[in-house]
Amino acid sequence: MMLGRTANSLFWMFRYLERSENTARLIEAALRMALTRDIVTAEEEWRSVISTLGIRPLYLEHNEKFDGHSAWNFVLRDKANPASVRAMSAAVRSNARAARTNISSEVWTAVNESYLKLDPVLARPVSQGAVGDVISTIRRAGRQVHGALDGTMLRNEGFHFARAGTYIERAESTARILDMRYFLLLPSLSHVGSSLDTGQWEQLLRSAAGASAYSWLNAGRIEARGIVEFLVLDDRFPRSLAFCRSALRDNLAALARIHGEQGRCHELMAEADVRINNLSVDEIFDRGLHEFLIDFMARNAAIADAIAEDYRFLA
Amino acid sequence: MFDEMTDEHGNARPAYADYNGWLGEQDAAWLNRKSAEADESFRRTGITFNVYGEDEAEERLIPFDMVPRIITAGEWRRLTRGIEQRVQALNAFLYDLYHRQEIIRAGRVPERLFRNNEAWLTNMVGLNPPGGIYTHIVGIDLVRTGPDEFFVLEDNARTPSGVSYMLENRETMMGMFPDLFSRVGVEPVSNYPRRLARSLAASAPPAFASSGRAKPAVAVLTPGIYNAAYFEHAFLADQMGAELVEGSDLRVVDGRVQMRTTGGYTPIDVLYRRVDDDFLDPLTFNPDSVLGVPGIMDVYRAGGITIANAPGTGICDDKAIYSFMPEIVEFYCGEKPLLPNVETWRCADADSLAYVLDNLEELVVKEVHGSGGYGMLIGPTSSKKEIKAFRAKLEANPHNYIAQPTLSLSTCPIYTKKGLAPRHVDLRPFVLVSPDGIDITPGGLTRVALKKGSLVVNSSQGGGTKDTWVLKD
Repeated sequence: MMLGRTANSLFWMFRYLERSENTARLIEAALRMALTRDIVTAEEEWRSVISTLGIRPLYLEHNEKFDGHSAWNFVLRDKANPASVRAMSAAVRSNARAARTNISSEVWTAVNESYLKLDPVLARPVSQGAVGDVISTIRRAGRQVHGALDGTMLRNEGFHFARAGTYIERAESTARILDMRYFLLLPSLSHVGSSLDTGQWEQLLRSAAGASAYSWLNAGRIEARGIVEFLVLDDRFPRSLAFCRSALRDNLAALARIHGEQGRCHELMAEADVRINNLSVDEIFDRGLHEFLIDFMARNAAIADAIAEDYRFLA
Repeated sequence: MFDEMTDEHGNARPAYADYNGWLGEQDAAWLNRKSAEADESFRRTGITFNVYGEDEAEERLIPFDMVPRIITAGEWRRLTRGIEQRVQALNAFLYDLYHRQEIIRAGRVPERLFRNNEAWLTNMVGLNPPGGIYTHIVGIDLVRTGPDEFFVLEDNARTPSGVSYMLENRETMMGMFPDLFSRVGVEPVSNYPRRLARSLAASAPPAFASSGRAKPAVAVLTPGIYNAAYFEHAFLADQMGAELVEGSDLRVVDGRVQMRTTGGYTPIDVLYRRVDDDFLDPLTFNPDSVLGVPGIMDVYRAGGITIANAPGTGICDDKAIYSFMPEIVEFYCGEKPLLPNVETWRCADADSLAYVLDNLEELVVKEVHGSGGYGMLIGPTSSKKEIKAFRAKLEANPHNYIAQPTLSLSTCPIYTKKGLAPRHVDLRPFVLVSPDGIDITPGGLTRVALKKGSLVVNSSQGGGTKDTWVLKD
C-alpha cells in the first residue's frame, strides 16, 4: 500500500489541476460574453465569475470595480489570491513533486513543463491581448497531464486517488456553475421563453465546456430543462454531475478491491447515489434546483473528507 | 599542469583517443546546438537544486558540460583498490571510536580530536549497528596532479550527494550522442540504483530475519520537497522502487519504525536517511526536530532497523580527522595507504601553525567542519586584504583550521563557443558497503570549475559537472 501522505498529494494534485482548468474556462466564457455586451452586462459577467469562484469578499478588498482586466488578473495571478491559477499551478507541481515516486516520469515532465511555461507568463500582469493565450496554455497543461496519466500510469491505488480528485473537483465545479445561475433556469422564467436571452444559457454551457456537446445532442434547440438535464443527468457528458459520480464510484470500487474492504466513503457514496439515480428533471425542479445542488455539493465534500480519513491522508 | 585529454605535444592521450577522433568529425554549429539542448533537457526533467535567497526559493541548474571526463580501465582498477582500502579503514575506525577506542589507546590519534567534536555522538557509544557497518554509502573525493598521481581530498562518510548527477549526466550524454557510445566502450553506471537497493537490502537488521517476510522494506527518508537535494532523494527512491518517506509518515509502533500507508502502519527494515543526525530523533538529539522519528534510536539500538548511514559517521568528514587518515589506514589495514592524502598541516599544532601563518599566500586553508567550499582561503588567488582578515580568524581559533598546499590540479577541457578550454576537475566515486562487501560503480561525479583558472569546483560556488567514463578493457 502506498503512503497516506502520497495519496493525499496525488488527490490534491489532480484537484488543483482540474480547478485551474475550470477557472480558465470560466474566464474564457466571460471574455467572450463581455466582448459582445455593453459595459454594464460585462461587469455583471465578471462579478459572476468572481462569485462562482467564491472569492468575492477577497476580491473587493483589493479591487473597486469588476472590470475585465482587474478580474482576470486577480483570478489568474494576484498574490493576494491564494487560489489564483498561478498559485494552483505551483501547488500542482509541488504535489507532483511530493508524489514523484508514485507518478510516471511522463506525468512529472508534463506537469513540470506546463509550470515552467505558465509561471513566467503569470509573473507579470496579463494584458487583454495575451489572456487568450494564457488560457489556452492552462487548458493544454490539463490535457497533457491527463494524457500522460492515461497512457503511462499503472492502474494502482495512486491512479484511482488521482482520478477521484479529478472527479470530486469537476463535479463541484459544474454544480457551482449551475448554482450561480440557477435562477436563469427556473421553469417560471423559461415559460416566459422569448423574453429571456438565450445568450446567458449559452454562456452557462460554455462555462461548463458543454456548449458544442449540448447543441450536438439537441440540434441547436436551447432551453432550460434541456440544459439541466444535460449538465446534471446526462452520463454521456464527461462534466455532468451524473458522469462524475459514476466515474468516482468506479474509482472508489477499485480502491475497495485493492484494499479488500470498504470504508466510510463507500457508504456515503451509496447514500449519495440514491439521491441522484433514476432522477428526472421534473423531480429536480419539484424539489428545487438550488436545494438539489446544495445537497449534491455537501455530499460531494463529505465523500472527499471520508476518502482522506479512510485512506489515512493525514497523520 | 596536467591536462587529462591532451599531452604536452598537443596529442590526445590514450584515454581520449577515440573520443577525440569522434569530436574531430562533428560540425561546430551542431555541437553548439547540442550544448543548449542539454540545459533545456535538465530543466524539463526538473534536475535542479533549490537555493534559498532572502525572498523566494530559486531553482538552479548545475551547469552540465558535454565533454566527458575519461578514465582508462587500468587507472580505474588502481583507484578501486585504494578506495576499497580507505572505506574499510573508515568503517573499522568508526566501529573502534564507538567501542574500545584502541587507536586512541595506541596513541595514534589524539583523543581531543573527537571528544569535543559535535559530529561524535555519545549516544552511539557501545551501540552495534546491523552488520557492524557505519557508513554504507560513501563518496571519496579525489584529485589528480599527474599521470599516476591521485590524492584523496576529502572523505564523505556522512551523506555524500550528487549520485543522481552521475546517472542523469550519462542519460543526457547517451541521448545526445548515441553514436559516440557505439564507438567507445564505456562501463555503464545506470545499474547504480539496483546496486544501492541490493546493498541496502543486504544490510537488513535482525528484526527483519525474524519477521518472516520475503524482502526487506527499504525507504528513503527526506526532509521534504523544499530540501536542496530533494530531486536526488525522489530520484533514488523512484529508481530503487523504495518508498520516499518524511518524518511525519513514520512512527514507532510495536518496537518497529513503521510508515503510515493507506492500509495502516507497516514496518521499515532499512532507512536510507537523507536527514542530518541532529534531526533524526527528537527524543535523543534536537528536541525541536519535526523531520525525524521520535524513538527511532531506541529501535535502532534494539536491532529493529538499519539506519544508513549510521548516526555519528560525520566525524570522518572532519578535516582534522582526515589529516590522520594515513595513520588510520595503517592501523586497521596493516598496510600503507594505496591512495595518499594531500599533505596537510594541522593548525592546532604550534609548529604547523607557525608555518601556515608564514606561508598563507601559498596555501589553501579550510575549516575542519566546513563543507561546500565555504569558509576557506585560497592563498594564491586571494587579495592582501582577504589574507589579512583570514589571518586574524586563524590566529583567534587555530584548532578550527587545517592547511594544504595549493595543488596543481589536473584539467579536462570544457566545451565553449570558442572551442575546448581546459578547466580544473575533481572526482567523486560512489562506494556501497554491505555485509556482502564493497561495491564501487565504475564512474562517479566529476565536478569542474567553470571559471578559467579557478580551483573551486563546488556547485554552490559556480562549479559544473561532467559525465565520467571508465573505459572498458
